[in-house]
Amino acid sequence: MVDWVVAPFLEFAFMQRALAGALLLSLSACPVGVFLMLRRMSLTGDAMSHAILPGAAAGFLLYGLEIVPMTIGGLIAGAIVALGAGAVARLTVQREDASMAAFYLVSLAIGVVMVSLRGSSVDLMHVLFGTVLALNDDALWLIGLVAAVTLATTVLLWRALVGECLDPLFLRSVSGLGGVVHFVFLGLVVLNLVAGFQALGTLLSVGLMILPGAAARFWVNDAVAMCVASVGIGIVSSLGGLLLSYHASLPSGPAIILSAGVVYLVSLLAGPRGVLRPALPRRHHRTA
Amino acid sequence: MNPRTADACITFEDLTVGYGSHAAVHHLTGQVPRGALLAVVGPNGSGKSTLIKCITGLLAPMSGTCHIAARTSLAYLPQQSELDCSFPARVVDLVALGLWRKRGLLGRHRAEDRGAVADALRAVGLDGFGRRPIDSLSGGQLQRALFARLLVQDADLILLDEPFNAIDEKTIRDLIGLILHWHGEGRTVVVVVHDLDLVRAHFPQALLLARRPIAWGPSAEVVTPQNMQRARQFQEAWDDDAPWCEPSPAPAGDVA
Repeated sequence: MVDWVVAPFLEFAFMQRALAGALLLSLSACPVGVFLMLRRMSLTGDAMSHAILPGAAAGFLLYGLEIVPMTIGGLIAGAIVALGAGAVARLTVQREDASMAAFYLVSLAIGVVMVSLRGSSVDLMHVLFGTVLALNDDALWLIGLVAAVTLATTVLLWRALVGECLDPLFLRSVSGLGGVVHFVFLGLVVLNLVAGFQALGTLLSVGLMILPGAAARFWVNDAVAMCVASVGIGIVSSLGGLLLSYHASLPSGPAIILSAGVVYLVSLLAGPRGVLRPALPRRHHRTA
Repeated sequence: MNPRTADACITFEDLTVGYGSHAAVHHLTGQVPRGALLAVVGPNGSGKSTLIKCITGLLAPMSGTCHIAARTSLAYLPQQSELDCSFPARVVDLVALGLWRKRGLLGRHRAEDRGAVADALRAVGLDGFGRRPIDSLSGGQLQRALFARLLVQDADLILLDEPFNAIDEKTIRDLIGLILHWHGEGRTVVVVVHDLDLVRAHFPQALLLARRPIAWGPSAEVVTPQNMQRARQFQEAWDDDAPWCEPSPAPAGDVA
């Protein structure tokens, strides 16, 4: 059993790199996902993961499969969609869900057209689904840098993030940070998606962001505890997914997300705030 | 009339506020002295909430000015709070938001701050509720918690928009007690109220709005059957064909 778990990582450098990348990504993306969920923006995360595609594709078309140009391209495309959709929501009658959908759909279509202009569907698969087993030094450095920036920003802005979720009108009445913190947060979402797409691809990097946070909601009822729990779930899912991928010869990105999906399902059923607990008969109740 | 006297906390000069081109508060002139306890009354849609939003600065005047005395800190309890009760926060977290102006984004909450939060919870009758999640509070308890946050904010000017909606009598009595306590401390308090008995019983000053000011002065002189009758006759609906308001000498509405 120990051999089954430890041997792949001892034996192969690519597995060590994959594990390091996935762990760093869990540390960074999972707390972001918790706030996405608490702000009812989980699907926004998904939309943003599609939105960065044309930028990554542009980098890919111009420079081939290189991490730096693809990352910069993804950041630019993500920023345009996030700022555009956010500005439409704040300046017009349209809510952010509709403006975000409009912007990301156009962005995704542009991205697919760009990838199909050159290259085979193998290239497209690579951009969409990533290769956690082929992380090079550049990619690891990028993920590490993003993790550091994300954690530092989250800690510094914690009070404003909580205030903006809990009572946005109050935050606006005491501080001008409300609007700023919204866009900084969207920036963190884009940054983490871009960090994740090299490893997991554009479609799956959002999975490691959303699923652990959503699962953590069933276990604890405190924002800090939720962030910690989501990171733990992310780490377990990464580890489980990589082992599954190694032993069963499955593609690594989907295997990690599937593991997170299993944890989500178990949490949904067994967590103290899940579906089964209220159905259990309670023998005792307090008088007050 | 002597605008901006030294002891004025809020000064309205020919203030018109509204949405689009439609005025919700029409040509209001007058001042709220420092330390006043003022009830704002009037029918639904008469511009009470709009006036409060303008004082907080969330809504800009269409014409005229609303001036708040320099170095006045302000606390505001909106009618429809955007509070997300499903957020995993405890009652102390909600009340501690009131420390924002004192501690800001990064200032550490010290022992004295935690003491202030605990004192506020005790003052509103929520002793022992600090660690409860906010989604477990009843409507009245939540309103008490929001009053605790106002206490922690420690502001010179307190604006309350219909704080007694859907609240039971005991809670109303307790909250009125807090408002009178603030008044006793010399803070300026402006409250939008619907219950005229409450106004007559507890509020020294009242402003009766019906888009334009109908009466402003001592509550007993403002809340009279004749004035209420006049207020009820105002036209609540917007009229897209309503004549444009021509510049004219503003009807003086202040007695304060």
